[in-house]
Amino acid sequence: MALVEIKNLHKSFGSNHVLRGIDFTVEQGEVVCVIGPSGSGKSTLLRCVNLLEKPQQGQVIVRGEDITDPDCHLDAARQQIGMVFQQFNLFPHLSVLANCTVAQRTVLKRGPQDADRIARANLERVGLSDKIDAYPAQLSGGQQQRVAIARALSMDPALMLFDEPTSALDPELVGDVLTVMRKLALDGMTMLVVTHEMAFAREVADRVVFMDAGVIVEQGPPADVIGSPTEERTRTFLRRVLDPTHVEPS
Amino acid sequence: MSTDATETRPTDASPDRPGAINAVPVRHPGRWIAIAVIVILAAMLLHLLLSNKAFDWRFVFQAMNQQPVINGFIKGTLLVTVLSMIIGVGGGVVLAVMRLSDNPILAGVSWVFTWFFRSIPRYILLFTMGTLGILFQQGIAFGVPFDWKIIDWLGLSGDWRFYTLDANQIFTGIVAGVIGLGLSEAAYMAEIARAGIMSVDPGQAEAAEALGMSSGKVMRRVVLPQAMRVIVPPTGNETIAMLKDTSLLLAVPVIGELFYQLQSIGSTYYKTFPIAVAATLYYLAATSVLMVGQYFLERHFGRGFGTKAPRAARPAGAGGA
Repeated sequence: MALVEIKNLHKSFGSNHVLRGIDFTVEQGEVVCVIGPSGSGKSTLLRCVNLLEKPQQGQVIVRGEDITDPDCHLDAARQQIGMVFQQFNLFPHLSVLANCTVAQRTVLKRGPQDADRIARANLERVGLSDKIDAYPAQLSGGQQQRVAIARALSMDPALMLFDEPTSALDPELVGDVLTVMRKLALDGMTMLVVTHEMAFAREVADRVVFMDAGVIVEQGPPADVIGSPTEERTRTFLRRVLDPTHVEPS
Repeated sequence: MSTDATETRPTDASPDRPGAINAVPVRHPGRWIAIAVIVILAAMLLHLLLSNKAFDWRFVFQAMNQQPVINGFIKGTLLVTVLSMIIGVGGGVVLAVMRLSDNPILAGVSWVFTWFFRSIPRYILLFTMGTLGILFQQGIAFGVPFDWKIIDWLGLSGDWRFYTLDANQIFTGIVAGVIGLGLSEAAYMAEIARAGIMSVDPGQAEAAEALGMSSGKVMRRVVLPQAMRVIVPPTGNETIAMLKDTSLLLAVPVIGELFYQLQSIGSTYYKTFPIAVAATLYYLAATSVLMVGQYFLERHFGRGFGTKAPRAARPAGAGGA
């Protein structure tokens, strides 16, 4: 059984039809990178997986449970899905440690010692054991994003969603975050990553999904989709991303 | 930069460089004139305070020391301020959450409440609160609504009321005052709390929802603590305003109130001005204490903000280790 199964997903913002019938699955342990031009609907697709955006049509099935069903216990479903945002969205009024324990305490009802131990282990995992008592504003962007990853991991999710996790970072800080994500993939975490980091997608992804104008144009192993794309739209996009100074022949 | 610094160090000065600058501090003649004027005015004020017989300081302090006046200050001023602000802040936050809810009924109720209580002057509201007992001459009962009608239809007798309060005891004195001031305050606090909630980045609520928090927990654990940073300063203002508005309790009427008690002493001894001074001193003291409290509250809710680097800023040299 697929971990995530998406069937005929449609989403509009007003008259703007952002997702136009998406079907795809993520298997247990799989790392899927979603690439595509801006406005192609890839972030919206990701946000539909934990229903931060409510689709107008279609189903999102997580571990056999249809979370678009109004009777579904959405909060419980979201506990299994960790999410990392482009803008980090750490809680600025809480210390790094408290950022990682607050949901464990209030949602999973873990005791203070357990929550503390798990949070420390995950902060260790992202290499920030020494920043436990800092507040988010005292950290660099790269450090904040790694805390955000540790915060999501502390809930023991079955799936991690990454919404352009390195897009808001200075170039020299991108590597630290990608290193953490690569380690996570090697540990067998199921990951759905919206990204512009083609090198990361090529190296880490089991499958690359190329989206354009609200539909999946092409998907497959990175060597195929990035290496030798069959669709013209994919080729055009990759030319622009991999060689931004290239001038299209008119 | 660093090489410049070493070159301008005086010990390194070479003979062909210009000599040390003979710096003269900028003169501020305006400041000296202002100081002189203020010193003279302050001396005049002090002279007035100490020498003018109308102040009658001995009487001022005697009046302030009377037991009914002290009781009026503690119960009528301090206690009513605290209780009204509890109702006001609690009610205001609830009203703000209702107002921002997707549910049009809740949002509408909140709007009507705010409209109603912001429209009525507090003095008139308090006067009205003192007279409301006339609406409920048989008391305020807790039980089945319209029980007498239902019982009548069913052909039964008796009543389905479990507990009855005497309305004339509620809508009188300090209780009426606290209810009136609290409801009025809730209407103002609703707007302040709403501004505070809206000031929090929507990404915060999204991150909390993505962690599986229920909407109530998102509000209590993530949004409200951050909204407090925006809510506290105007709430301090509201508390100080409330402290002073307790003097309106006279409209209910509440006779166990500071100014009423002071005035009754004043009219007994035919001394009105010292009474005004006594009341002023009480309110000055109470407001000063509140301002200290506000400072600590603001410091508490400002954690993670303010003087530290703003969110998403990258302090120099703090690059991912």
